[in-house]
Amino acid sequence: MGTLVVAEHDNATLNPATLNAVAAAQALGADIDILVAGNGCAAVGEAAAKVPGVGKVLVADNAAYDHALAENTSLLVAELAAGYDNVVAAATTSGKNVMPRVAALLDVAQISDIISVEAADTFKRPIYAGNVIATVQTADAKKVITVRATAFDPVAAEGGSAAVEAVDAVHDAGVSSFVGEELAQSDRPELTAAPVVISGGRGMQNGDNFKLLDGIADKLGAAIGASRAAVDAGFVPNDMQVGQTGKIVAPELYIAVGISGAIQHLAGMKDSKVIVAINKDEDAPIFQVADYGLVADLFEALPELEGKL
Amino acid sequence: MKVLVAVKRVVDYNVKVRAKADGSDVDLNNVKMSINPFCEIAVEEAVRLKEAGVATEVIAVSIGDKACQEQIRTALALGADRGIQVETDGPVEPLVVAKLLKGVVEKEEPQLVILGKQSIDGDNNQTGQMLGALAGMAQGTFASEVKVDGDQVQVTREVDGGLQTVSLKLPAIVTTDLRLNEPRYASLPNIMKAKKKQLDVYSPADLGVEVKQHLTLVKVEPPAERQAGIKVESVDELVDKLKNEAKVI
Ligand SMILES: Cc1cc2nc3c(=O)[nH]c(=O)nc-3n(C[C@H](O)[C@H](O)[C@H](O)COP(=O)(O)OP(=O)(O)OC[C@H]3O[C@@H](n4cnc5c(N)ncnc54)[C@H](O)[C@@H]3O)c2cc1C
Ligand SMILES: Nc1ncnc2c1ncn2[C@@H]1O[C@H](COP(=O)(O)O)[C@@H](O)[C@H]1O
Repeated sequence: MGTLVVAEHDNATLNPATLNAVAAAQALGADIDILVAGNGCAAVGEAAAKVPGVGKVLVADNAAYDHALAENTSLLVAELAAGYDNVVAAATTSGKNVMPRVAALLDVAQISDIISVEAADTFKRPIYAGNVIATVQTADAKKVITVRATAFDPVAAEGGSAAVEAVDAVHDAGVSSFVGEELAQSDRPELTAAPVVISGGRGMQNGDNFKLLDGIADKLGAAIGASRAAVDAGFVPNDMQVGQTGKIVAPELYIAVGISGAIQHLAGMKDSKVIVAINKDEDAPIFQVADYGLVADLFEALPELEGKL
Repeated sequence: MKVLVAVKRVVDYNVKVRAKADGSDVDLNNVKMSINPFCEIAVEEAVRLKEAGVATEVIAVSIGDKACQEQIRTALALGADRGIQVETDGPVEPLVVAKLLKGVVEKEEPQLVILGKQSIDGDNNQTGQMLGALAGMAQGTFASEVKVDGDQVQVTREVDGGLQTVSLKLPAIVTTDLRLNEPRYASLPNIMKAKKKQLDVYSPADLGVEVKQHLTLVKVEPPAERQAGIKVESVDELVDKLKNEAKVI
């Protein structure tokens, strides 16, 4: 049988988180196929075929699968799951939207956000905002799994030449439709994939002051993130939120500026390789996880840092 | 229309949970328990729909042992009209919760079911989607805006790239994100009133559901500890450390 990895994409490019999901699939040990379900997504099918170690790429190209509407996509994945032991996707907002429906249709548990594969039926995953790591074992023959991308090094994007097969099954539940989207436009690297992330918190005081992070981010090739407090206060949009209920990041370098270090924020960044905290309160909990802490007023420290990089 | 809200009893979000010494589970002895923050937002949204004249009745449902009646009472104090507890011996997994909720949905026939996007204990993020699949309903997950319009509901969703809006046929499922609303505080008179509101208790058998757990918790352990760091005295020292010690810039 094997493992089916559900690709994430926008009909044009393969989302890199899929490469982390393939890495987790490799850890499961079985043969790997990739499903590309979308609308006008042939280019993604070709990109997926280049991922090394993939048996075949199934392309379900139909208007019903546009925008990965969960009601339709889950019916397709559940049907294809008949031929697989495992169905795997990255724990992105899209994976989280679709996969539990697949699991319920198959009458199996879903194992969310795994960080390691201990055995074919046993996985580690963070619970309680990452305060503890649980090892869970499933009794289900068929496993539906979402993968925490930062916990698995991505496989290469190129080098393979899998066969591409069209899937004709069309599932349109007819209960939901896409109305529109407002996607953030940015020339910066994507938050979850950036080698350096600099995040601002409530200490930034307003959205305008986030410009203080721009120059530093430019020099370091960094993505810009935020705490929930900064998002809630309307300083920056929601897609910048790092944390338990936002994005999980694990860059080489994470710089937290004016962020106190609540457990819900730490849950999203404490696996970063090097953590820097800039905070004027020397007792801020963020210093407990920081490799390098600078007790300073951010309005003085940031311009100086930008100048010295 | 009727709105069903699912509320879960979880450890309070301020508690730093630890593993028990023997690693068998987390230690929840004497810790503060609360309504899951996302469920509180779900209740608030339902109550606002009622205040706006869109919803006619708000029913709060929780699944768990008797203690979860406390969270149902909280929902009632926040404005839900009546409560339902589905009694289980301790916690059950999302698939079982979804099956039990489906049983309640069949009894009550709500037009909208609002759940939290995630419980902050298990961090599963599954139940609403599973209920959607089992009940054959559309879902608007991670909602930051909900607009009911005739036999449709428009839901704006917080997705990785920004915001996405979908239109769903009713009856439908909504799961809440943090920015959907800011929950109110329950007033003392409302807390008193909540004690008198109707609260029915069902068993899984009443709903035709067999409680079968698929997952076993093998062990829990603390996450890898980070090495204690240092404080630097100046921006110069910070830049020097990042360049020459950590070698990350
Ligand atoms: C269910 C739930 C989920 C949550 N999920 C998340 C999540 O995913 N991500 C997240 O981040 N939070 C999340 N939170 C919120 C979290 O609990 C905290 O409230 C939040 O992280 C605090 O953000 P903050 O550190 O920016 O603000 P604060 O805690 O207010 O800290 C601001 C910091 O800035 C410092 N500061 C102020 N002025 C200056 C200055 N001039 N120079 C230097 N430092 C300064 C202060 O000393 C302080 O430490 C969640 C909460 C709940 C209940
Ligand atoms: N035991 C429960 N009782 C009532 N609602 C629940 C229960 N478990 C989960 N839910 C609902 O499902 C949401 C998501 O939970 P989860 O899938 O566990 O992350 C919660 O916010 C609740 O609205």
